[in-house]
Amino acid sequence: MTTLKHSVEAEHHHGPAKGLSRWFYTTNHKDIGSMYLWFSFAMFLTGGCMALMIRAELFQPGLQLIQPDFFNQMTTMHGLIMVFGAVMPAFVGLANWMIPMMIGAPDMALPRMNNWSFWILPFAFAMMLSTLFMAGGAPNFGWTFYAPLSTTYAPPSVTFFIFAVHMMGISSIMGAINIIATILNLRAPGMTMMKLPLFVWTWLITAFLLIAVMPVLAGVVTMMLMDIHFGTSFFNAAGGGDPVLFQHVFWFFGHPEVYIMILPAFGIVSEIIPTFARKRLFGYASMVYATASIAFLSFIVWAHHMFTVGMPLVGEVFFMFSTMLIAVPTGVKVFNWVATMFRGSMTFETPMLFALAFVVLFTIGGFSGLMLAIAPADFQYHDTYFVVAHFHYVLVPGAVFSIMAGAYYWLPKWTGNMYSEALGKWHFWLSFVGVNITFFPMHFIGLAGMPRRIPDYALQFADFNAIASVGAFIFGFSQLLFLYIVIRCIRGGDKATDEVWEDPEGLEWTVASPAPYHTFSEPPLVK
Amino acid sequence: MDELSRRHLKVARKLAWGCVLMFGFGFALVPLYDVFCQVTGLNGKVTGRGDVSIQGVDHSRTVRVQLTASNNEGMPWRFRPKQPQLTVFPGETRQTAYLAFNPTARDMVGQAVPSVSPSEAAEYLHKVNCFCFDQQPLAQQEQKEMPLLFVIDPALPKHITTITLSYTMFDITPQQTDKVSLQNPDASRRYTL
Repeated sequence: MTTLKHSVEAEHHHGPAKGLSRWFYTTNHKDIGSMYLWFSFAMFLTGGCMALMIRAELFQPGLQLIQPDFFNQMTTMHGLIMVFGAVMPAFVGLANWMIPMMIGAPDMALPRMNNWSFWILPFAFAMMLSTLFMAGGAPNFGWTFYAPLSTTYAPPSVTFFIFAVHMMGISSIMGAINIIATILNLRAPGMTMMKLPLFVWTWLITAFLLIAVMPVLAGVVTMMLMDIHFGTSFFNAAGGGDPVLFQHVFWFFGHPEVYIMILPAFGIVSEIIPTFARKRLFGYASMVYATASIAFLSFIVWAHHMFTVGMPLVGEVFFMFSTMLIAVPTGVKVFNWVATMFRGSMTFETPMLFALAFVVLFTIGGFSGLMLAIAPADFQYHDTYFVVAHFHYVLVPGAVFSIMAGAYYWLPKWTGNMYSEALGKWHFWLSFVGVNITFFPMHFIGLAGMPRRIPDYALQFADFNAIASVGAFIFGFSQLLFLYIVIRCIRGGDKATDEVWEDPEGLEWTVASPAPYHTFSEPPLVK
Repeated sequence: MDELSRRHLKVARKLAWGCVLMFGFGFALVPLYDVFCQVTGLNGKVTGRGDVSIQGVDHSRTVRVQLTASNNEGMPWRFRPKQPQLTVFPGETRQTAYLAFNPTARDMVGQAVPSVSPSEAAEYLHKVNCFCFDQQPLAQQEQKEMPLLFVIDPALPKHITTITLSYTMFDITPQQTDKVSLQNPDASRRYTL
């Protein structure tokens, strides 16, 4: 124990190391958090460029800009990069930055592993992106990589894709282990589980989901690898396998995965709304239980992604109703957010605007999800743009808006400077308008029957596609404004107070702004 | 090692075991899925085979039985049903056949894998005798009529009026040579189970 005290004391006087090696060798949760966030932003722009290429091709019917095979590569890489490269690392970055500061811990529990779990990611994505330059092209089978498209008919680069997925999985698992160990072992005295900020709670549950399903993803890509290279027949009907098995195993991972991408968002929004409504969060305990029940339900609904594979009626009915059941805890959450705002003294700074847009637009995405959950109706919606509209509504104005809300909310704490509120509002309104112009028309063309993942379409879909493409470019380019705002905020601006906002709740607001390199070397006492 | 690091390691070790377990579970889904299909009769796999005792023919309705044939990738045989469609009474034993022709210059062995649609009907379709029970050898340029003897259980739900029975012919020749001699391991690559 004395050695630990010594090392803590000795480190207290150290600032960050100088030069590039700081970033390679760092075990500091704030450094690693920042790297995660920058990495995810770089991936967000990369995946965004791919999305714009897709939308540019779809601006008009017919083939104008890119070949169908390259279009397929774009949809595949866009999905993979946004899911595994942008949204997930952004949440891990926020967790690294905020969880130790929120629970009064000096750092993450396993700092060396933390460094490792970040530094795997750039290599994984370098490998993934390198497939674009390979003979035969990048993976072109959709981000869900259904067999046999991803086995028998895959381009040779699929092996690189498989190993990239393995590496990201290892990174996520290590990150999750670290977060769980931190939350369970490093809470400040008096910080009981039911006092944890909701961002910490939602991340704890998310981390358990990651531990449960990332290995299944690793398993399914390993089966693909063996089918392709070692002559097994997991998914090959000629050898006694079954392609439908792939879909079952994939979605056993895939459905909890979509909650991995939204639960931390719930946490962020639950931090922001009380601050700007100047009221305590309504129904804290019910929020925790709702999150836990959503996580549990996510394991028993996977086959609602495959209503059309020829399931028996009993299966369709079971998965239909279990899916609809998720609307109950989600409804509890939306109710609590609204009740928190009810009769609050609300102000509308940029983080609050993003959080409010999250509540409204995520709910729209939730409702279209309910429509898709209706098995008989799903036969009509399946693989149309209605599905694309649905999951973009929950992921873009859902997950991505919450990340932006969190970034604006904590940016003054990270940099010590206030961002430009005027520019922040511009960013918000451009994003809000852009997102809706992009994705709302997709509901209509989806209901009218336009299939997804096809580079060409029938003439009657032309107008809505043109509108969606215009919106996509508005949304895409307004993210450069976000980059500018963040850089400007890092370089200077009005000094932020320690509290930053008016009387916010949470330990992170008790430390100085900018947060010193080491915080809570002495644990605070939580009453 | 101090107390705190020990606690961290304990949590990390437990979670790492959890990961290993879930990795195994992913693979365990493969046999579980097969068992599940067998128990529930999903996936259109025909379970009823061999002799059956079905009493009485239901003359009050007819069922259309559509027969289709397809070749698996790389299978060069000409493979088709003798009659594409039959109208049968439930309970009536009917015989038909599939025709196969090996146009290549080598002796081959094929294996037909059946599938029934709708899968709900699978358990009511009994095959008394079927060429799919056995491997089918065809010499070069040989043509063969492969018999199929089936009966539909009169308990078939009333709303099913059409049953599609589909056969996919797989080339299993390399596996055969594999059994006889191990001289050509490369040819059997894709077909080992």
